[in-house]
Amino acid sequence: MKEFWKRFRYNRGAVIGLVILALVIATAIAAPFLFPQSPWKMVQRPFLPPFTDDTLWLGTDALGRDVLSGLAHGAYVSLLVGLVSTIVALAIGVPVGALAGYFVGRTDDILMRLTEFFQTIPSFALAIVLLAIFQPSLTYVIIAIAVVSWPPVARLVRGEVLSLRTREFVEAATLSGLGNDQIILRHVLPNALPAIVVLASLMVAQAILLESSLSFLGLGDPNIMSWGYMIGAARTVIRTAWWLSFLPGMAILLTVLALNLIGEGLNDALNPRLTRKSE
Amino acid sequence: MLKPFKFIAAALALALAGPLAAQDGEPQAGGTLNVVIQPEPPGLMLGIVQNGPTQMVAGDIYESLLRYDSDLKPEGQLAESWEISEDGLTYTFKLRDGVTFHDGEPFTSEDVKFTMDVFLRETNPRTRTYMDRVESIDTPDDLTVVFNLQQPFGPFIGIFEQGTAPMIPKHIYEGTDFANNPANNTPIGTGPFKFGEWVKGSYIHLVKNEDYYMEGKPYVDEVYYHVIPDAASRAVAYETGKVDVLPGGSVENFDVPRIRELENTCITDKGWEYFGPLSWIWVNENNKPLDDVKVRQAMMHALDRNFAKDALWNGLGKVATGPLSSSTRFYAGDTPDIGYDPVKARGLLEESSYNGETIRLLGLPYGETWQRWAEAVKQNLTEIGMNVELVPSDVAGWNQKVADRDFDLAFTYLYQYGDPALGVSRTYMSTNAEPGSPWNNVSNYQNPETDKMFDEAALMASPDDRMAAYKTIQDMIVSDVPNLWLLELGFPTIYRCNIKNPVNTALGVNDGFRDVWIDRN
Repeated sequence: MKEFWKRFRYNRGAVIGLVILALVIATAIAAPFLFPQSPWKMVQRPFLPPFTDDTLWLGTDALGRDVLSGLAHGAYVSLLVGLVSTIVALAIGVPVGALAGYFVGRTDDILMRLTEFFQTIPSFALAIVLLAIFQPSLTYVIIAIAVVSWPPVARLVRGEVLSLRTREFVEAATLSGLGNDQIILRHVLPNALPAIVVLASLMVAQAILLESSLSFLGLGDPNIMSWGYMIGAARTVIRTAWWLSFLPGMAILLTVLALNLIGEGLNDALNPRLTRKSE
Repeated sequence: MLKPFKFIAAALALALAGPLAAQDGEPQAGGTLNVVIQPEPPGLMLGIVQNGPTQMVAGDIYESLLRYDSDLKPEGQLAESWEISEDGLTYTFKLRDGVTFHDGEPFTSEDVKFTMDVFLRETNPRTRTYMDRVESIDTPDDLTVVFNLQQPFGPFIGIFEQGTAPMIPKHIYEGTDFANNPANNTPIGTGPFKFGEWVKGSYIHLVKNEDYYMEGKPYVDEVYYHVIPDAASRAVAYETGKVDVLPGGSVENFDVPRIRELENTCITDKGWEYFGPLSWIWVNENNKPLDDVKVRQAMMHALDRNFAKDALWNGLGKVATGPLSSSTRFYAGDTPDIGYDPVKARGLLEESSYNGETIRLLGLPYGETWQRWAEAVKQNLTEIGMNVELVPSDVAGWNQKVADRDFDLAFTYLYQYGDPALGVSRTYMSTNAEPGSPWNNVSNYQNPETDKMFDEAALMASPDDRMAAYKTIQDMIVSDVPNLWLLELGFPTIYRCNIKNPVNTALGVNDGFRDVWIDRN
């Protein structure tokens, strides 16, 4: 662990990313305490510019709602969607990839064709179709994002497992009489974990972007204040109140950037043999 | 059932010249008028297609016997004079002499009879319901038409506008399949402008009718209706000078304050008096606890409609006081108060049978303004202690859900056509509450007393009697709050100030550009 942290710290960008993400997480957790009122509450006159009112630092939107409160509550939604949909996507992708890679042959063929079927459909278009069929609610947004995000996981895990299954320690485990399930769970997957963790951190970022895009198009849950919704609602007034789209846009940018930086740091720390030595 | 022509704010365009626009100087002939049309109409044969944009463009091509000023008083158009008998049963119209269709054939009383008795009966369900009250139409000579009614029907004089009763050439349509007649692609009317060319997706070009029966009119040589699908691009088209007239609803409400500040820009919210677009929230009284009048009253008092007017509609329009728009005939302003009063609302809600149930609120999928409005209403209701969930939908989904009564609260707005018997009673009659239509008595409001009074009031010959009856009806309905009335919508027409008279009747730009002229000094 100490070794891991040392290598992670070596990547300065990753540390900055971690700090930003920590701030976002802190905001998300503190939002209900800092802004106990609903972010939908209309508190002041509409279109109040930032830094003109002592209590409303970032001003108000088209209905006089507190922008800062919206950003804070939106952080919670974005992180929630990012995390949960990634977990769901992993829950689909890891077993599919592991089974395909371990058993090869016909199992591999069937599972990989299925994966490719999903991969050939543009993921954003598929997410829109799914949400058009179901009601756009938070649950379905998460499901839609998970459904379009799992194929890369499956392919990555399959690749890792394919190379691991021929190693000596797997053969040793087979000889010692362990069943396939035990071998996959206790010997193969733990060794594939570093690659999965790195991919997962990037998937969280991807999911946040996807949720924002969907909300921007009006396909998000209309009862939930998210960053994408804030930008979508503000885009018609971009010429008169540019900050209403700019501020949540910055929030998305910073969070996604932070997650990408962390992903890179994790890669350095978890896959040391691949790390560029020159740095 | 009356069929509402419910089209997005986008629909109506320029109107005729009127007393409201400055009448400075002598009209000058010549020039080209560039107008936005949104969305592109599906067709221009006004007797068959009735969409808002169709009414706007075809209003230049077709005319009816009358038109209506902003107080809804009839003026002659194709009719020179008219007479209503004492008993309210006989309507006699004298037609103008020397009127011809665009193809040169004369317009006569035979065309009127064919239009009202044959053509529109088949193609326009709204006109059909009015014509069902007519026993016979006589044409004693080429320039006289007599409608004989079965019973007195006060609103009858209000149906002769170009959307409800456009005059159709008998010589072209008699004996043909109206809907599939190839002539529908090159509409022929009596109006001030003739159909020129239609480049789909780009523009519709109308040219001056040189043989128009009014001396010197129309003043402009040609009219272009430009199809520009995106609201922001429409605003830019005005700013760059590509178009000179933005009919009501063609730009987003947020953009109106910015555009009205531009140089040489005039704005008017006139020209909607006939339609009297009134917005409200349907309350589904089939669902508990919305059948409880206290819950409905609580919701009514919870809505801050002045805020919605100022924040979402830039102060345009009026806060509604009840089921009638203030521009509709027999409007009574002194009905019970339904103003914003959250304290009273909370009290009413506590006394009511509401128990924290989740109320589903269906917004109107007509763009940003309506979406924000639904959010504001949800917040208003949340603040008096209700549990409200927004239900997203698209236009087709909205129609479906409202027709199937699959909602608790739903936004809408409808036209009133100047008279409560034409555009209001349909919303409150228990006989018109069958599921399947999103335009009838969707709330399922059941009140035998108002039913009876609506029936009687439509048949009264004396306007004073009708006023008294409608006043009682309005008081009763407002106390019951079957719907949550929001705003009388204001759809401002924006135009360059040197374009004179774009709006001068109760139908605004829909009445065509007969009197428009362009000041080039």
